[in-house]
Amino acid sequence: MEDARQYFGDGLAYLNLSDLKGRLIAIEGTDGVGRSTHIELLQEWLEVQGYGVVTTGWTRSNLMSKTIEVAKQGNILDRWSLSLLYATDFADRLEHQIIPALRSGFIVLADRYIYTAFARDAVRSGDRKWIRDVFGFAVVPDLVCYLRIDVDTLALRVIETSGMNYWESGMDMKLGADLYDSFKKYQGLLIEEFDKMAEEFKFEVVDARKPPEEIQDILRAQIEPLLKNNGRKPDIPLEQSPSGALPANSSPSS
Amino acid sequence: MSQPPLTLNQPHQFPGKLIIVEGIDGSGKSTQLLLLQKWLVSKGFNVFFTEWNSSELVRETTRRGKKSKALTPTTFSLLHATDFANRLYHDILPPLKAGMIVLADRYVYTAFARDAVRGVSPAWVRKLYNFAIRPDLAFYFKVPIEVAISRLLGGMRGQFKYYEAGMDMGLSQDLTESFRIFQSRILTEYDKIVSEYEMITVDATQEIEEQQNEMRQRVSQALEQYKPKRGTHGRRETVFWRRFGLSKPE
Repeated sequence: MEDARQYFGDGLAYLNLSDLKGRLIAIEGTDGVGRSTHIELLQEWLEVQGYGVVTTGWTRSNLMSKTIEVAKQGNILDRWSLSLLYATDFADRLEHQIIPALRSGFIVLADRYIYTAFARDAVRSGDRKWIRDVFGFAVVPDLVCYLRIDVDTLALRVIETSGMNYWESGMDMKLGADLYDSFKKYQGLLIEEFDKMAEEFKFEVVDARKPPEEIQDILRAQIEPLLKNNGRKPDIPLEQSPSGALPANSSPSS
Repeated sequence: MSQPPLTLNQPHQFPGKLIIVEGIDGSGKSTQLLLLQKWLVSKGFNVFFTEWNSSELVRETTRRGKKSKALTPTTFSLLHATDFANRLYHDILPPLKAGMIVLADRYVYTAFARDAVRGVSPAWVRKLYNFAIRPDLAFYFKVPIEVAISRLLGGMRGQFKYYEAGMDMGLSQDLTESFRIFQSRILTEYDKIVSEYEMITVDATQEIEEQQNEMRQRVSQALEQYKPKRGTHGRRETVFWRRFGLSKPE
């Protein structure tokens, strides 16, 4: 597992994975669970240690980000098209960002990964096979950290921050009378799906209700072994700053 | 969710009929489909026509991706699958459920052939399109590569297009030569697909009328058990005015 990088299913026959020496770490979890904040902190932490870091985010490919935005505004997406838009976006990022970065020895931090697509498709269709076949070309990550939260805490948090929107509430599924009811049902289903996958795919589960500093520490502890086992660990010892204190080791909440 | 899963490998249960044509560029398949449509409409059938890679959802993206040459074999494949999914949902399923005849210019087999030639795993593409509906009739217009090239160069189509000629594969700097190599490989793939999915092969070097005759005979057989729902709109108006003893206003 350590050296043999694998495709999730039917892979990209025209690409060779054997020389991907970087590390691929995915942070998963439902909407509003704090993924992007933690990824920012992780990137800082890793870069201070001298690791090259590339971050990649769901639906942020050059090819597809605008298309997906426009498509979602129309509210007329069927299940297949929605999942295939995600898959196209992912493939574009995989081939243009993730694989080249891994080849150059970067650590890639992925804000969401294929499991998000699995969860969203499964709650819409009840079918788990097709979507996994579709994403067969995905590279299996070295580590998946799953920020787990319960739906009640999540609802409060989302209302306090970004507010609930149509798609995060799964309004296309007509689960509830209003945004709030629908949000709770939809996100509840997603969390159930993630929980099942956590066992199936051996996610590292992190309780996202903890204070951010604690979560960050746990994430770092999970990532650390990957770095040490990485034959690429820098030979150059970290420079001691005159004061003896490394800023990156300070509290991540600052 | 409550529907039985759609799959390419078993016949669909809808009251309508799905007829598709396949073949390389220059095989004459679109001409044949157009002639078939004329005939069916003249017989009073409700016909709906849909064409490969035509949905609004991804048309702009595909165009942009092609223009900037940023498409990889996999994103190329996925964009076409997205287009197909969207058309299946909006254009193909509703008329089939309504009992209409749907005519499709190219179908999933186009993806099976092209994507395989581009180096995408054939098994993966088949799984990707697993949600597609099996056509009631699938025609493959078989034509030698030189015939296709001379038709295209002699016709109004002008230059070959970048992706249609497989220029992204670096087969040749010369557009026509690249088209020849790429489309020849597609022909080889089609041969496999035709037997895998039991498509009807039409010799596309025959005269247009001969091919159309053959096609109409096949379609006529396939429609024997079919109970068309004849369209009432267009007639209703006349009936309405007649009932009140009035002449139809301008």
